[in-house]
Amino acid sequence: MRLRSLPPGPVVRWVPVLALLLVAVAGCAQHYPQTTLAPKGDFAQMVDHVFRATVRWAVLVFLLVEGALLYAIIRFRGRSDDPEPEQVHGNTTLEIIWTAIPAIILVIVAIPTIRTIFETARVPRDDALTVEVIGHQWWWEFRYPTIGITTANELHVPAGRTVDLRLKSMDVIHSFWIPQLAGKRDVFPGRETRIWFTASDTGTFSGQCAEFCGIQHGKMGFRIVVSDSTGFGDWAAAMSNATGPVTLAEPATALDSLATAGQQLFTTKACVGCHSFNAVTPPPGMVGPNLANVGTRKAIAAGMLDNNNANLARWIQHPQSFKEGSHMPDLALSDGEVQALVAYLRQQRVRAPAPVAAPQ
Amino acid sequence: MAHDIAHPAVDTTTGLDHRKLAIWTFIGSECLFFASLIGTYLVYKGKSVVGPFPHDAWVSPAGQHLEPIFEIPLVTFGTAVLLFSSFFVVLALANIQRGNRKAFLGWLGATIVCGLFFIGMQVYEFTHFVHKGLGFTTNLFGSSFYALTGFHGTHVTVGVIWLTSILVLGLRGKMPPEKALNLEIAALYWHFVDVVWIVIFPVVYLMS
Amino acid sequence: MATSVIEQAGPQAHTRKAPTGIWSWITTVDHKRIGILYGVTAFFFFLLGGLEALLLRIQLGSANNTFLSPEAYNQLFTMHGTTMIFLGVMPLSAMYFNYIIPLQIGARDVVFPRLNAFSYWVFLVGGLVLNASFVFGAAPNAGWFGYANLTSTQYSPGLNVDFWVVGLQILGIASLAAAVNFFTTIVNLRAKGMRVLRMPMFCWMSLITQLLLLLAFPVITVALIFLMMDRYFGANFFRVSAAGDPMLWQHLFWIFGHPEVYILILPAFGIVSEILPVFSRKPLFGYAAMVFSGAFIAVLGFGVWSHHMFATGMGPIADASFGLLTMLIAIPTGVKIFNWIGTIWGGSIQLKTPMYFALGFIAMFIIGGLSGIMHSAVPADLQQTDSYFVVAHFHYVLFGGSIFALTAGTYYWFPKMTGKMLGEGLGKIHFWLMFIGFNVTFFPMHFLGLNGMPRRVYTYQPGLGFEFWNQVETIGSMVLGFSFLVFIVNIVLSLRKGQRAPADPWNGATLEWSIPSPPPEFNFAEVPEVTTRDPLWEEKRARGGHLPEPVRASGEGIHMPNPSKWPIIAALGIGVFFTGFLLGVKLPVILAGALLTIVAIFAWALEPAG
Repeated sequence: MRLRSLPPGPVVRWVPVLALLLVAVAGCAQHYPQTTLAPKGDFAQMVDHVFRATVRWAVLVFLLVEGALLYAIIRFRGRSDDPEPEQVHGNTTLEIIWTAIPAIILVIVAIPTIRTIFETARVPRDDALTVEVIGHQWWWEFRYPTIGITTANELHVPAGRTVDLRLKSMDVIHSFWIPQLAGKRDVFPGRETRIWFTASDTGTFSGQCAEFCGIQHGKMGFRIVVSDSTGFGDWAAAMSNATGPVTLAEPATALDSLATAGQQLFTTKACVGCHSFNAVTPPPGMVGPNLANVGTRKAIAAGMLDNNNANLARWIQHPQSFKEGSHMPDLALSDGEVQALVAYLRQQRVRAPAPVAAPQ
Repeated sequence: MAHDIAHPAVDTTTGLDHRKLAIWTFIGSECLFFASLIGTYLVYKGKSVVGPFPHDAWVSPAGQHLEPIFEIPLVTFGTAVLLFSSFFVVLALANIQRGNRKAFLGWLGATIVCGLFFIGMQVYEFTHFVHKGLGFTTNLFGSSFYALTGFHGTHVTVGVIWLTSILVLGLRGKMPPEKALNLEIAALYWHFVDVVWIVIFPVVYLMS
Repeated sequence: MATSVIEQAGPQAHTRKAPTGIWSWITTVDHKRIGILYGVTAFFFFLLGGLEALLLRIQLGSANNTFLSPEAYNQLFTMHGTTMIFLGVMPLSAMYFNYIIPLQIGARDVVFPRLNAFSYWVFLVGGLVLNASFVFGAAPNAGWFGYANLTSTQYSPGLNVDFWVVGLQILGIASLAAAVNFFTTIVNLRAKGMRVLRMPMFCWMSLITQLLLLLAFPVITVALIFLMMDRYFGANFFRVSAAGDPMLWQHLFWIFGHPEVYILILPAFGIVSEILPVFSRKPLFGYAAMVFSGAFIAVLGFGVWSHHMFATGMGPIADASFGLLTMLIAIPTGVKIFNWIGTIWGGSIQLKTPMYFALGFIAMFIIGGLSGIMHSAVPADLQQTDSYFVVAHFHYVLFGGSIFALTAGTYYWFPKMTGKMLGEGLGKIHFWLMFIGFNVTFFPMHFLGLNGMPRRVYTYQPGLGFEFWNQVETIGSMVLGFSFLVFIVNIVLSLRKGQRAPADPWNGATLEWSIPSPPPEFNFAEVPEVTTRDPLWEEKRARGGHLPEPVRASGEGIHMPNPSKWPIIAALGIGVFFTGFLLGVKLPVILAGALLTIVAIFAWALEPAG
């Protein structure tokens, strides 16, 4: 059976084209919270500028070259009994032209590229907020040395102020990536790397580890909360006040009693061995994320699960089933115990200290 | 014998014997092998956290005083011996090509003795270093030094085995002038191993 | 007439019947048989790698899927990459180095036939060792580029990384031996009159590839030795507590790794440069430009390795330098693409299956090349690297590039190798399924990457928008997988009852088409002499457009090298040697392996030659 090499008939020819268009439209209609294409920070903006420059040229070259290829295939299609075509061996002028033109295009692309490399590498401004990012298998620690606090898996930054990140790993190589705010920066053990950005919009964004780092690389994410300067100030003040768990001296409601029971369990079930509620002077060598203010966090399990009670329960009771291989063990907790712990953790919302009343 | 040693027995495009071309190709590849080892040594130079160090003394946190570990005079002598061995193998080659069997075997034997001496010096050096506290796992210097000189020593050993095989064949009368190429190829390898040492010696032992 | 060009010959029976039976294949030193061994073995591993990919795609077909555990996924993606590169594309290229190069240069075999056999057996041993890891449930799981210090015993305590290191070391030996062999062969065994600038382009690209192999593999050998020393003996090369630097691994690996990708693509360039002229019925456009651009790409390929490391914070000067050099490589690459289009331009294009795949190659490689240029814009790469965007890029150049070209080469040279034509009808179905399946699978990965999906993740969360394109890609991958079934059916049917192939089914330009299909053991009854490029076209022109079907000569008086058992024994020795490390540095096993190898080498060296 001999097949014709092009599909027959105009109708049939258009089916694949329509299918392609439909799929493309469907694809574009997706919502992408982690996209690089809608930058919300200056670094990502500069990168996006370079990216779009390359895309424009790439699309142009694509259309021209693929077009020439397609044209040639159609126009010069021959039959086996055709006479021999002209035996051309080459053309020096053409060689020069099609060496020079790509070179020129590359120079045009190289200029904004090199400029952006140096712009993104220059030392950030003096009033930048320094944050230490420490990568662990498979969660993120954030320290604010100028404020004096530690947190985990949720990075709070002020909008409009440069954030100067110093990155280090406690174990293997990770990569810190917030697509909407900046490019990636790899995170090394024994060697500090640096990246800075200034978020322009407030909101919550997500990030993920981007360097294969072991079994749970796929679930090593985090959130970034960009607030205005007041909001950030409030958060920082609250965290500076978090020197231990929020406990209620007098449980007033049933929920409060549940939380108090959870407080007990937090110690008896050895959670306290890996997790601290002290954001100011945490005990050294804590294997697990700092839990100060965890009740307010947008996500748990390294940015992977929304922070609601159902997810929290699931995470506490069966961490291994969601994140097999993570360092948080399954502790054979009963449902009641889990509910108590969830209530306790939900209670962990630290407030900023009340402002001192001005003297009369 | 009217046979012209300079030309290979078979027509080749370049006029070079296949095996000679092949050994040069292999040597080219080996250059990258040693370049990687030497490069690593250089990258880690001066970065060891604990001693012993090559050119400096070190006092451990426990108060132990460790002298710089290299003994340059011994290694210099070993280097000279290796250099002479390259000269001897050239003499061996000249003599096999000319049909002087006794001289060929003599100079080849001398080459091998020099190679064995060099290996012996390295073994002594390594043992001595281990006694002084420098093991393979002690620090970056230990790992990179032993890897580099150890692999070089392995190459010397392979060369010694190769040359000895030719000596044994020669003693059995199986190395006439027509087979001189066999020695020439081994000699090329031997020269290469020597040249690598000529790079290692100053870079590792002399530069501080 | 022209004498035998193989130095070693031996007492030969004057019968020219091809020897049969397993032993004849085990001891063969015939480049054509070795080529077939490479091809069949590599195709099997390629299908295995494809199966691994399909499993990955099923897992990624929906968010938070639990089809594969994270450990299983990590092992499969590591093995998929390692298999496709080292056990798929490289040995498939080796199939054609083996089979075709001696034919194209007018030789009876390669310069070192036993070394050739040795390379194949070592490759087989390496592939088996690597895949034996599955039997132990400990397949490599740290990615095909195994970054330190994840690969340390501290963070990878199991056998997985050991299998990876040992497997790759064994494979490295095979590649190095083959590279010495083919380099010497192409340089030294060309027919009279075949000056380098008259050599077929496949031989040129292969020559450059051998040079890259020779210079790049020693570097990864050293890196793997360092890793072995760290894991087995507690050395400090990548030990952070001793100030060892994981960046050292990255530099060594990519100094190998970047030339490696040119090793993967240059033979493909060569194959396509053979097919396009034949099926356009005019010579390759810009032969000299093609040679020099290939050489330039290879040289430059050694200078761009840190473009895999833009996110590591090397500093703006290093970033800018490597970025610029990477952009520079685009120029000779573009030159090639334009010369290919120039070849078909004005020709009389014969749309047979080899040509379909060759044209498909150009179309796909353009896309892969353009996404590569986008990566070279360093700031943009900080978003694209380690995301699905780069996964798209390298699949376009490796699959759209190398695999399409190797498939083209298979349809092109199958008649020569087997004496049968592959079916044209099935061939075209194969092409369209592969083309559509490939693009549906890999084009959306550009979007996923730009929209924030990192690579090497065993799953993704709902709500990030990743489900739709992942589903599309999974469907595409099934179509792609199915296309290979069509291919296999085509091969099987054609071998059984395909049309008989003449010596020159395509009106070829190069010497392999001047001898019977399949060729006799000695290839040429008389070693040819050439005076031009495209010698066969020249000869056909001189003889009025056609050459008669060549007669099957008896080969009497032609001395061919003896078969030998020492190559496979030496290969086994190497396998035993390295297995000794795998078993936990078991000295008796290591020594036994070393001894076996040394004995085999001596026996090999002392085997009676002519």
